[in-house]
Amino acid sequence: MASLRSFLRSGKNAVSAVLRREFHGTPPAAVQVTVRDALNQALDEELERDERVFLLGEEVAQYDGAYKVSRGLWKKYGDKRIIDTPITEMGFAGIAVGAAMAGLRPICEFMTFNFSMQAIDQVINSAAKTYYMSAGLQPVPIVFRGPNGASAGVAAQHSQCFAAWYGHCPGLKVVSPWSAEDAKGLLKSAIRDDNPVVFLENELMYGVPFEMSEEAQSKDFLLPIGKAKIERQGNHVTLVSHSRMVSLCLDAAAVLAKEGIECEVINMRTIRPLDAEAIETSVMKTNHLITVEGGWPQFGVGAEILARIMEGKDFFICF
Amino acid sequence: YVSTYADFTPQATFDIKKCDLHKLEEGPPLQAVLTREEGLQYYRTMQTIRRMELKADQLYKQKIIRGFCHLYDGQEACAVGIETGINLSDHLITAYRAHGYTLTRGGTVREIMAELTGRRGGIAKGKGGSMHMYTKHFYGGNGIVGAQVPLGAGVALACKYLGNNEICVCLYGDGAANQGQIFETYNMASLWKLPCIFICENNKYGMGTSVERAAASTDYYKRGDFIPGLRLDGMDVLCVREATKFAAEHCRSGKGPILMELQTYRYHGHSMSDPGVSYRTREEIQEVRSKSDPISMLKDRMLSNNMASVEELKEIDVEVRKEIEDAAQFATTDPEPPLDDLCNHIFYNDPPMEVRGTNPWTKLKSVS
Repeated sequence: MASLRSFLRSGKNAVSAVLRREFHGTPPAAVQVTVRDALNQALDEELERDERVFLLGEEVAQYDGAYKVSRGLWKKYGDKRIIDTPITEMGFAGIAVGAAMAGLRPICEFMTFNFSMQAIDQVINSAAKTYYMSAGLQPVPIVFRGPNGASAGVAAQHSQCFAAWYGHCPGLKVVSPWSAEDAKGLLKSAIRDDNPVVFLENELMYGVPFEMSEEAQSKDFLLPIGKAKIERQGNHVTLVSHSRMVSLCLDAAAVLAKEGIECEVINMRTIRPLDAEAIETSVMKTNHLITVEGGWPQFGVGAEILARIMEGKDFFICF
Repeated sequence: YVSTYADFTPQATFDIKKCDLHKLEEGPPLQAVLTREEGLQYYRTMQTIRRMELKADQLYKQKIIRGFCHLYDGQEACAVGIETGINLSDHLITAYRAHGYTLTRGGTVREIMAELTGRRGGIAKGKGGSMHMYTKHFYGGNGIVGAQVPLGAGVALACKYLGNNEICVCLYGDGAANQGQIFETYNMASLWKLPCIFICENNKYGMGTSVERAAASTDYYKRGDFIPGLRLDGMDVLCVREATKFAAEHCRSGKGPILMELQTYRYHGHSMSDPGVSYRTREEIQEVRSKSDPISMLKDRMLSNNMASVEELKEIDVEVRKEIEDAAQFATTDPEPPLDDLCNHIFYNDPPMEVRGTNPWTKLKSVS
């Protein structure tokens, strides 16, 4: 059952891997990597690559990370580059933004994005808006990362999805990875990006293993921010999703396939800038669209996607 | 008139007021040496700030400057004194009453005034306005009260991280001094020994609320608790300079942050929309102007020690006035930024992109 699940989640890659094995080709050196380990690899590689990169947040150093994402990093890089902060989000987020303004490349971890609300002024007013207000004089190369959205029974205050809130603001890039490859490639791109990036992970995905291709295992594996990925091809209905809900979509697609309905599952990967083109192209093909997300429906990610489709040049052609 | 260098006293020593100390054994020296060159330079810079702010007042009333405009006249000794205590390679960040600092940190009157009038020749191309002016190692101009304090500590963290022996001066007002994020910053700056000078410019009023009505403890220099502090006369440019030098030395020697409270005063209201007399008396403003004006204080010192002549200072006044007039002329006639600049500068180092407009057929363009 576990292998079937991972087969479904890996989609196309797994199918081609199986086919290649049957025809006695050279087996690809793919491995199973959890999202947590992929993030850890990305952090390690970027810390090694650029001296100016450092990580700060609650419990990131000696505790190895509240969710063990930064495991081993403090032992390797020490106090200077992996900094444990007191429980003062507004303060340390501001300090991280200031450090970015002065030439460093901080990664600011929020234990969950619910706590980022305490620091949201620093993310929006100090980080996102500054390059614009200074007319290009002051860039802010910072990454804010941490788990976003619902977890397992952690109650209302710890379960909010912030994709829509951060996705609203110009000056920010907002990324929401699903698989291990997404996590690694997008986090590396986010760290190398010279702009403020909000990187929304998901706690329940941390422990999920995915197949990671040989290409993805390389130290220079980057995924472009702002481009969605088609996880599963289909002709009948488009399912658009991000983060953990992509798994849900793929599971649903598997169930529907038995009834002869082929779903096209799009993994958004990035919330802002939104890859409206990919979704439009798919909807032109299938003429049916469902958005699936972990956030509330009003003023949300799905609402924005629907608005874009309806405003799109090809909407009326669908009829 | 013809006077030669030999006619004037080249330098003199002045007694300055003792600072109130908190968790410090010793404070800054009780005397300051001022050379003739320094005196003339401080005078010119303070007078430039004063006249620039008064010109901004005039342009605002003519509706050539609009939006927010928070004027700094009365507080000139703070900006000038601080800058003389540090180097241009050090860093500084302040709140929204920032025109004076933009000047001392390397901005020109021309680009400051053009920014106030929102023209393309402005220091931020007309897109920042009064509260968002930046120069090298000067991080603004910040609109959200108190938010600049953690930012300043972050800059100090970068200084320590990069090991460049630079420090960050982080300013805030008496109103901001009660903000929680400032105490969070005190904690981290002290824990990590960040080279940060926290400076509270106490001008007695946070907008319209006097310090007694806003703070349970108005000893702002003690509010850092475990951080050593100094309280001093912010109207005396020499006092400010000596204290800043003392504080900079403290930071550079690796002892961690230090806090300074400058007791100062603003002649204008909180901003141009505030006449500034509903919460304080005209008599109070007049008293400070006549007894403690920073420019008059420096002028009196120099004249009574034969370090400059009345004519010489008048000549500086005339030059300053001309500079301000020229700048105001530029600021009034320079064109506004072009409409296609609207969406530029959203992202740095990114390829040009399209920005969603108000309808599907209007796409706006954005370049880095």
